Amino acid sequence: MPIILDKVSHIYGEDTAMAVKALDNISLVIPDGQFIGLIGHTGSGKSTLVQHLNGLMRATSGNIYFNGEDIDADDFDKKMLRSKVGLVFQYPEHQLFETDVFADVCFGPKNLGLSKKEIELRAYEALKLVGLEDDYFYQSPFDLSGGQKRRVAIAGVLAMKPEVLILDEPTAGLDPKGRDEILDQISKLKRETGITVLLVSHSMDDVAKYVDRIIVMNQGCVMFDDAPREVFKHYEELETIGLAAPQVTYIMKHLRDHGYDVSDEITTIEEAREEIKSFFARFAAARKER
Amino acid sequence: MLREITLGQYYQADSVIHRLDPRVKLGTTVLFIISLFVFDGIWGYAVAALFLALVIKLSKVPFRFMIKGMRSIVFLLSITVIFNLFLTPGEPLVQIWKFGITKEGLRLAVLLAIRLGFLIIGSSVMTLTTTPNQLTDGLEKMLKPLNRIKVPVHEIAMMMSIALRFIPILMEETDKIMKAQLARCADFESGNLIRKAKSLVPLLVPLFISAFRRANDLAMAMEARCYRGGEHRTKMKPLHYAGRDYIAYIIVVCYLVGGIAAGKLIPVLLSNILA
Repeated sequence: MPIILDKVSHIYGEDTAMAVKALDNISLVIPDGQFIGLIGHTGSGKSTLVQHLNGLMRATSGNIYFNGEDIDADDFDKKMLRSKVGLVFQYPEHQLFETDVFADVCFGPKNLGLSKKEIELRAYEALKLVGLEDDYFYQSPFDLSGGQKRRVAIAGVLAMKPEVLILDEPTAGLDPKGRDEILDQISKLKRETGITVLLVSHSMDDVAKYVDRIIVMNQGCVMFDDAPREVFKHYEELETIGLAAPQVTYIMKHLRDHGYDVSDEITTIEEAREEIKSFFARFAAARKER
Repeated sequence: MLREITLGQYYQADSVIHRLDPRVKLGTTVLFIISLFVFDGIWGYAVAALFLALVIKLSKVPFRFMIKGMRSIVFLLSITVIFNLFLTPGEPLVQIWKFGITKEGLRLAVLLAIRLGFLIIGSSVMTLTTTPNQLTDGLEKMLKPLNRIKVPVHEIAMMMSIALRFIPILMEETDKIMKAQLARCADFESGNLIRKAKSLVPLLVPLFISAFRRANDLAMAMEARCYRGGEHRTKMKPLHYAGRDYIAYIIVVCYLVGGIAAGKLIPVLLSNILA
């Protein structure tokens, strides 16, 4: 079910001397099944934006439609919305509270008023989807490592069977290995279930490899909204707002600047490898001809 | 939703009262409260009202902020007044069914209302013009002599300032945890009392864990900087009395003497003139 934002603005502390415009006239369409990266520097409004999508925050002006219905209407079922648009916050410590992992993942579906059997089935499925081994199911969530806690937190939201999964900085505070594991798992989950995923991050390297669309936010506005390679063409503008294209894009640009005929629209390491290989192939062929 | 709650009600302004040494303000508040119980008769309270009005004027804090503190005790105040009004034996004035208002009852009720009202406003002036940190600093220095009888004054003051410092942090944390659980369809509002209390578990467990973790981290950080409590510790902003603080003390003493004198002398003078 698509989410449509129509001229959404949010002002913190409206009518006070310290009013801050966190979102400024944002219009977006989030269609079914996309894998979207939402990128912005700290304080660009990305966290505020995602909290509007499941009705945790109310827009100061503008409307948000979920499946064609205005989510701020008085008779709109917010609980239904939150089960359909699952939001996982940055710190798993903020939501884990039960005595064991399995019970914690049951919390979401339990709030939906499902039968015990259905609840446990969903919890089990969700834990499998995030790739947590059975050994951990009956451990205290507080004894797990950072990456595993994050998996449990994601499973806690997945167990509600959302149609849109929003992850707020799922890799913050993880080491490179943990980061890659989580992102691979999310990407795998996306392929298996086909749900819409919105990945919030401040690192281009994190998202470039996985997403089909990147939304760049700056000072409460949407700056770019396009396919990754289109967005990364604006790398100079991205640098002015404290973001950068993936490192490999820079390498390819440098190569090109030094007179090597390679494409500069490369965004992932795999693409770069293929491009360099094909460059050598072309180079060798050209040499032979001479 | 929790953001509106503020603890410690400091009102930022640049006034003589704000600049006074916190010890002066603490001492004055205590003396003022005592004076409310020592003074006697309408003239003593007139002096107290005058003094309070002068301090409020000097503090540049809008009067409505003082009244805010009153709201919380309206209930207590009305009960006290009503009980005293109706249940004091003495010379009857009005009789309503079984309850009568007596002259002594009326006097006592008015007296109590004034005492309680002034007490709250008086202490509000102090908290409105002094930051919590200044207050604990002042308290620490004032209570220093108690160190001799093994009261850990510095530790108590340190605990107070840490507690105050952590309130906004924990507030913010509560807000975040609440949102994280709301995103999992938690329901904090509906249901009866028991269900409501139960619904707080997903909020309180992460909050307590985070509070303990923060306390642990802070203890580590303090130890890493060789914190060892009050012994031989110097302050970044040591408290020193300035000229205005001595003047303030003199004014307070004048107020006390004036109030007592007014309470005793003016009725005598008045009766002499009238006679």
